Amino acid sequence: MEDDAPVIYGLEFQARALTPQTAETDAIRFLVGTQSLRYDNQIHIIDFDDENNIINKNVLLHQVGEIWHISTSPADKGVLATCYNKTSDSKVMTCAAVWRMPKELESGSHESPDDSSSNAQTLELLCHLDNTAHGNMACVMWEPMGDGKKIISLADNNILLWDLQESSDKAVLSSSAALEGKGQLKFTSGRWSPHHNCTQIATANDTTVRGWDTRSMRQIYCIENAHGQLVRDLDFNPNKQYYLASCGDDCKVKFWDTRNVTEPVKTLEEHSHWVWNVRYNHSHDQLILTGSSDSRVILSNMVSISSEPFGHMVDDDELSDQEDQHQEEKIKEPLQDSVIATYEEHEDSVYAVEWSSADPWLFASLSYDGRLVINRVPRALKYHILL
Amino acid sequence: MAEVEAAAGGSGAGGSPEAGGGGGGGAWRRPHGPLQRYYGPAAAEAAEAAPDPADINGPHFDPEVFLTKVRSECPLGQLLAREAALGREIRALDSDMQTLLYENYNKFISATDTIRKMKVDFRRMEAEMDDLAANMAAISTSSARVSAALHDRHRRGAQLAGVQALLRKLQSLVEVPGRLRRWAAPGGEPARALRCHARARAVLRHYRHLPSFRAIEDESQAIMADLARRLRARLRDETLDPKELTECVEMLLQLEEPPEELCQEFLSHAGARLEAELAALEAELPPSDPSGAAATPPPASDILDFVDRGSSAFVGTLCLLAASYRSLFEGRAGAGEGRLEAFAAGLTGRYFELLERRLALERGLGDTSLLVRALDRFHRRLRALLELLPAAGAQAGAALVARAARERVGRYLRALQTFFLGCLGDVRQALAAPRPPGKEGPGLPDLLATLSSSVLGQLKAVLAYVQLFTARDVAFASLPYFKGEFCVEAVREGLVVAFVRWLCRTARGFADSPAERGAPAAPPALLLLLSRLCLDYEATTISYILTLTDEQFPPQECGPAAAPGPGPVLCAEARAAAQRLLDHYVQVQGAAVAQMLRKSVETRDWLGTVEPRNVRAVMKRVVEDITAIDIQVGQLFEEGVRRAQSSDSSRRAFSVYSSSRAPSRYAPSYTPSAPMDTHLLSNIQKLFSERIDIFSPVEFNKVSVLTGIIKISLKTLLECVRLRTLGRFGLQQVQVDGHYLQLYLWRFAADERVVQGLLDEVAASATHRCLDPVPMEHSVVELICERG
Repeated sequence: MEDDAPVIYGLEFQARALTPQTAETDAIRFLVGTQSLRYDNQIHIIDFDDENNIINKNVLLHQVGEIWHISTSPADKGVLATCYNKTSDSKVMTCAAVWRMPKELESGSHESPDDSSSNAQTLELLCHLDNTAHGNMACVMWEPMGDGKKIISLADNNILLWDLQESSDKAVLSSSAALEGKGQLKFTSGRWSPHHNCTQIATANDTTVRGWDTRSMRQIYCIENAHGQLVRDLDFNPNKQYYLASCGDDCKVKFWDTRNVTEPVKTLEEHSHWVWNVRYNHSHDQLILTGSSDSRVILSNMVSISSEPFGHMVDDDELSDQEDQHQEEKIKEPLQDSVIATYEEHEDSVYAVEWSSADPWLFASLSYDGRLVINRVPRALKYHILL
Repeated sequence: MAEVEAAAGGSGAGGSPEAGGGGGGGAWRRPHGPLQRYYGPAAAEAAEAAPDPADINGPHFDPEVFLTKVRSECPLGQLLAREAALGREIRALDSDMQTLLYENYNKFISATDTIRKMKVDFRRMEAEMDDLAANMAAISTSSARVSAALHDRHRRGAQLAGVQALLRKLQSLVEVPGRLRRWAAPGGEPARALRCHARARAVLRHYRHLPSFRAIEDESQAIMADLARRLRARLRDETLDPKELTECVEMLLQLEEPPEELCQEFLSHAGARLEAELAALEAELPPSDPSGAAATPPPASDILDFVDRGSSAFVGTLCLLAASYRSLFEGRAGAGEGRLEAFAAGLTGRYFELLERRLALERGLGDTSLLVRALDRFHRRLRALLELLPAAGAQAGAALVARAARERVGRYLRALQTFFLGCLGDVRQALAAPRPPGKEGPGLPDLLATLSSSVLGQLKAVLAYVQLFTARDVAFASLPYFKGEFCVEAVREGLVVAFVRWLCRTARGFADSPAERGAPAAPPALLLLLSRLCLDYEATTISYILTLTDEQFPPQECGPAAAPGPGPVLCAEARAAAQRLLDHYVQVQGAAVAQMLRKSVETRDWLGTVEPRNVRAVMKRVVEDITAIDIQVGQLFEEGVRRAQSSDSSRRAFSVYSSSRAPSRYAPSYTPSAPMDTHLLSNIQKLFSERIDIFSPVEFNKVSVLTGIIKISLKTLLECVRLRTLGRFGLQQVQVDGHYLQLYLWRFAADERVVQGLLDEVAASATHRCLDPVPMEHSVVELICERG
């Protein structure tokens, strides 16, 4: 059972921002934002043709600045938000804006046969998220499974909840909260929980992970010293309430039950440098993807803390006759938590990994040198989980 | 001399003429010569030597043979000479004989006279003897007459004597009640009364059909019954000591009281007495209160004292009582079998329980020799008891001793652990103590040596203490438990192996403990020290300790001791701990340096900075810190191997800034058809450099450790620079800083290409993140670095 080789796509510029097109559930599509200080930045819309193993891409110009973070609306395929650096008067300011991509690019690839550099299209600005009073934007989160009208952005030590109005061309700050106290209070990352009717978010600042209630904008839990050093990223288990994964500069990935914040449920120590990204698979939450500045992407199988029950009830009939007996045995004993695969296609730090929103067995990873690698979950494991 | 010559002549076959001349030489001695020769030892020897029938003087002389021989061998002249010689010799012999006769004649005469005189004397003596015989006969007849006359009187005298004896007996019988009364009265001598009664009883019983005797018997029985009553009353007296008790019961038995009842009484009395002893012992113990066990004051007397008293009072009494019980009731129907055993087992059980409680009070380490002596004494006394009462709990006693020993060993383990923690505390204090300026910290090797030697010394001391349990003069050391299981299970596994395990675990704990979550983290020097300690343990100490233990506590050949020892496993554990600690050390130190770098990059305004004139202070600080770490690690670890250096390393350093390369790398290339091209160069470059694992295990040497720390630091610098946007002077500052680091750090790393590669990446990233990438002249950079 040979696994498909990874598909590699190279960008001209350095890149850190990667997101799947969340609203798209049929085509495998990722958006990558570039970082260049001296040239116009771009957003690459990358379509992956699973059948033919071919990548199609479209390039959108993003002229306002280099992109640090990108996210897409869960409701409207054409709407996305970016956090970008604006340089003026020897001052750097990170701003955020909501954009709409040209209609024809929303779905499906319409790559023009001729050289696309000439006809690179431009994004249509919907609205700015005004942060003059709040500081640098770290990230923008869309309400998961919402109607694409509510977004939260993290700016320095503020959490800002915005309402998009009238076909998204105006953003109104509906509520906000500020983190006050001593020490490093700048938010580095945040995630919006899909549970509890989307009323909770989690944020990371320095070594601390905090949970917030979006209705009252109050802190609901706080994991002090979640990591020995800076916490880089968070993700919620999509299928299991209260479960949260975090990663950071201590090279560890930790899994938390937010009801008991004193000890992590599990800790992974597989990377040999900072872990920048951690992502749960959207449907099979035992699959954990991590990207690190040791240039590796690691796919782990955390069965013991997933929503998946141990040991499937498999009828013998369901197995096709060719399936030999040892596979049968394999299925019967529960899988241990393990590293499934380490992907070493990158040669620079990997700052972003994302699962595809359309195909749960496919993921993309992006390294700083602009290399995007699309990989699949090994087939053996896929069948193991499915059957 | 003459005799010898004569002998030679005589024995010679044809007696030479010299012989005669020689013989004529001795005047007086001459006659004795041939005789003596004949009988003398020389002749005998000659005869023995060879029976020669031709030897005329030999005992086997055969004339026929001799003559034949002479006739056949000798010439006529010689024969004639021989004949003349023989004739001469015969004549000499005759004259010799005559001389002897004359010399002894007087003696023959006097002998004959004496014999004649004796004959005359004997004849007179015979007559006297006849007279004597006649006199004797007369005496015997008269004596017979006298005795016949006296016979009658003698018979009557004897009769009278018999009557008198009878009368005396009767009188004593009559006196029996009086005596009994006197002796049996309170304060009298009941033993004599009993003896008296025992003597009289049979007679009285025999003649009880006579009224007067019956009266006596009745009276004496009444007295004895009274005595018995009083004895019983006495038996119930609590203050009776075992000897009196035995006497009392013995007397009662003689009084033919029912043995079963007596046995019961005896046991209950003995029980009461032993209970009192136990109660006295128990009084010394604090009340058994499980909750307040910790608060109880230390016992007033030491354990040896306690055991002494216990064994002399309780065990002694029990022995005494058991022995008297045996002698009193042995073979009697009433004394149920096993009654004594059950009784004793119950009491010894309680005694053990008390002793155990007392032993449990020995919380501290105290004096082990005292404990061993106490246990020894206990065991000896117990053995004495067991000889009397095999069922009194031999197992329980041995188990008690074994348990106490195990308990003590366990306590030693805890003491060792406490000691080690104390040592660690000292080390930590020494590390944390403020140092006089100029002195390069406390000598880590000294600390390590102190730590390991004091721990080893303590371990040895503990082993020596524990060895007391198996000393030859200790009685219980010969128990099979102490010979086998104790050595292997309790001492080797339970003490030595457990300690080493614990040590490794504790050391590891410093690395694994959630230091990031609250608890004060161990100082890095301590991690380093412990790592070295574990490594030393792996290398030598463990095998040394195990050998030492096996020597002092030789495991028995049979049994599981033949299985491979715990050495390899322990070594592996120690090595793992050492590795973990060293890795942790690298991470902690690396993180400290990295933190410094990160803060310095994050807090600086890289856009608005002015043209660099100096290396930033933080870089100097980094170099200083790494130098300090280098010294620290160098105190404990070997240098390690470095990859061969290229001599022109610093020359190559900033090739990335060369203006010739920059455009080619960052030229605008909006050619989506070939998106790989732009980074081809850097990718190709990377193909030839190995992937660097930042947080990876290090080897046990200085260079590897330092390389690990430097890698962590530089990678942090790289990642942080990538997150910033730099102005032109920002880039130049990074350039200066990078060159400075390059100048001072390469010598610490195992492979300077690692430093090189990482710094190149920092430089490349900085160029990337720069709005206006104008690098500084390399010569200026060098100048600044040399100056700063």
